[in-house]
Amino acid sequence: MTLTKFTSAIAGGVALSAILAGTAFADPALIYDGGGKFDKSFNESAYNGAEMYKKETGNSYSDLEITGDAQREQAIRQFATKGFSPIIIPGFSWATALTTVAPDFPDTHFVIIDSVVDLPNVRSVVFKEQEGSYLVGILAAMKSESGKIGVVPAFNFDLLEAFACGYKEGAKSVNPDIDVLETYVGAGFEAFNDPGKATEVTKSQLDQGVDVVFQVAGGAGAGVLQAASDAGKFGIGVDSNQNYLHPGHVLTSMVKRVDVAAYNAMMDEMNGTWSAGTVVLGLAEEGVGAAFDENNADLITPEMKAAVDDATAKIISGDIVVHDYREDKACPV
Amino acid sequence: MSARVPLPRWVDVALLPVLNVMLAFLIGGIVVMLVGQNPLDAVGIMIYGAFGYGSGFGYTLYYTTDFIFAGLAVSLAYQAGLFNIGPEGQAYVAGLGVILVALALNGLPWLVTVPAMIVAGGLFGAAWAFIPGYLQAKRGSHIVITTILFNFIAVSMMGYIISKHLKPDGVNSDESAPIDAISRVPQLNVFWDLFKHSPVNISFILALLALVGVYWLVWRTKFGFAMRVLGQNPTAARYAGISNSRMIMITMALAGAMAGMVAVNNVGGVQGRLILNFVSGAGFVGVAVAFMGKGHPFGVALSALLFGALYQGGQELAFSMPGITREMIVTIQALVILFTGAMGDMLRPPLERVFFKPPDNSSAEGG
Repeated sequence: MTLTKFTSAIAGGVALSAILAGTAFADPALIYDGGGKFDKSFNESAYNGAEMYKKETGNSYSDLEITGDAQREQAIRQFATKGFSPIIIPGFSWATALTTVAPDFPDTHFVIIDSVVDLPNVRSVVFKEQEGSYLVGILAAMKSESGKIGVVPAFNFDLLEAFACGYKEGAKSVNPDIDVLETYVGAGFEAFNDPGKATEVTKSQLDQGVDVVFQVAGGAGAGVLQAASDAGKFGIGVDSNQNYLHPGHVLTSMVKRVDVAAYNAMMDEMNGTWSAGTVVLGLAEEGVGAAFDENNADLITPEMKAAVDDATAKIISGDIVVHDYREDKACPV
Repeated sequence: MSARVPLPRWVDVALLPVLNVMLAFLIGGIVVMLVGQNPLDAVGIMIYGAFGYGSGFGYTLYYTTDFIFAGLAVSLAYQAGLFNIGPEGQAYVAGLGVILVALALNGLPWLVTVPAMIVAGGLFGAAWAFIPGYLQAKRGSHIVITTILFNFIAVSMMGYIISKHLKPDGVNSDESAPIDAISRVPQLNVFWDLFKHSPVNISFILALLALVGVYWLVWRTKFGFAMRVLGQNPTAARYAGISNSRMIMITMALAGAMAGMVAVNNVGGVQGRLILNFVSGAGFVGVAVAFMGKGHPFGVALSALLFGALYQGGQELAFSMPGITREMIVTIQALVILFTGAMGDMLRPPLERVFFKPPDNSSAEGG
């Protein structure tokens, strides 16, 4: 009897110290949105940020993919209960679940990307996607020979329209007569996971004379780039730098530095400089931009690069204000 | 080969499914081993995740609730010889009915709103299933094809309705306005602390009632008898004076209403709002559940529990074992569906050989 009491006391002590250790050296956690970890796009970008943190600091982190909406709250709660912090959740679909769970764990730090949750222990990171899309729009218009370019969002959705609208504005700043076709992959979130359908939609645009296509479809975008490459035309990647996917056929990528947002959150936590509140990352903060690397070096002429640099400077200085579709749900061009 | 002898009943309803599940786990275990993890640990984690603690068990029962309703939607139609592959779409459309009444009655206590949600969800689900039923009964369009296609129509239609009409201003993701906490289907953790932080709600009890109700309807009523006659021999049914087309339409509507209860569980209870694609495959799992459960409510209950445990245990596995990805969990779940559904009869011939007793010998010895 005393022996069992003794052992259970030890076991309890060990468990307690494990919990204490857990809180003292909190590991960050990353929970991916529906598209999944290796979507070569949005979620993968967050993953890359976490890997960057791991490599630089030697610290570890945990991550998880979810299979349904009911698991959102559950996953956040699981990591919070186990003492992880910060818990990084890329994707606007997390907003409701986070709003429910975050108040239960006031000492845990949360980071949501692409949406704003106004709570004292939440950092919200949003991007000015329209600014980066403006730049790739310039490149698309300058590259196009047919005078027709395309954009393929996953579905009709405000955030994705912000990309499309910035792209149109950028393209029309170069060539006011350019034709911009916009076709959706599908009607809902599952469109992000449907590269087959994305390929079909893109082929239809290409058949109509489009020679540069901007994908705004996350994981499904692989199908857009594939179709453009197969037809000997040009695709434009999104979120991550996708120039390497079909070298010579990906004109550029509208990178959204989700990796930087994830990396910064983890580093800030480690350095004790974590802060709540809304962080807006635009061109000035290098949160968005057009990707230039060895894979697209041959596609970009010095004039194109100069035009992008010029527009970048003007957007940062405020001489050009790129319209944000989300403000009034309308696109001026 | 002599004529096939039917298996003893206990082998047919108990041993065969258990062997199928074990076979699925065996192959799943090999998959786990190939990625360098211990399959026995994985099974341990899955069982712990599904039954080992209160909120995990709550999640298991939450998934079970969905699978019971979807499984009954398939079973009920199957009794009348109709292969309903449409619970996914029926549940999705039912979500519209649930959210419309819930938002109209928003703020009233759940004792008022929940019955209204059940009725509305049932009606919308029934309506969505009635159309394929009508097309089958009056136009001869095959129910398998139409119900599958109606799933796609539901996805597009609901996507449009949610993003263009139900979405409130200032909300980023595609979802309706939320239902007030007081008007939602109450979660069981209100009554039992055991289920704290888990989504299982009163719909689970509704699911248990539905199991009993379907049993009573199919095997204890005149209507159920007519249904089964139609299922086993449509010609005999017509000869007996049963209106086959009327039976088909009513049965499909009932099946759709059953699928509609998935929406009560999710829209009315768990999420408290209508979100895009909230059914997330539960309707399709219902097909596997119904076939594994041999279309009988008791079997449906057990196989729904199995799949509920697989879903929740799978989540626990993904959380606890870093090497196990979401895709592997889906693979294991798919193996169970494959072995219990599509290849459910694979082990039947060897079992028949094992349990086969030569008739002449037994009569000579047994007397």
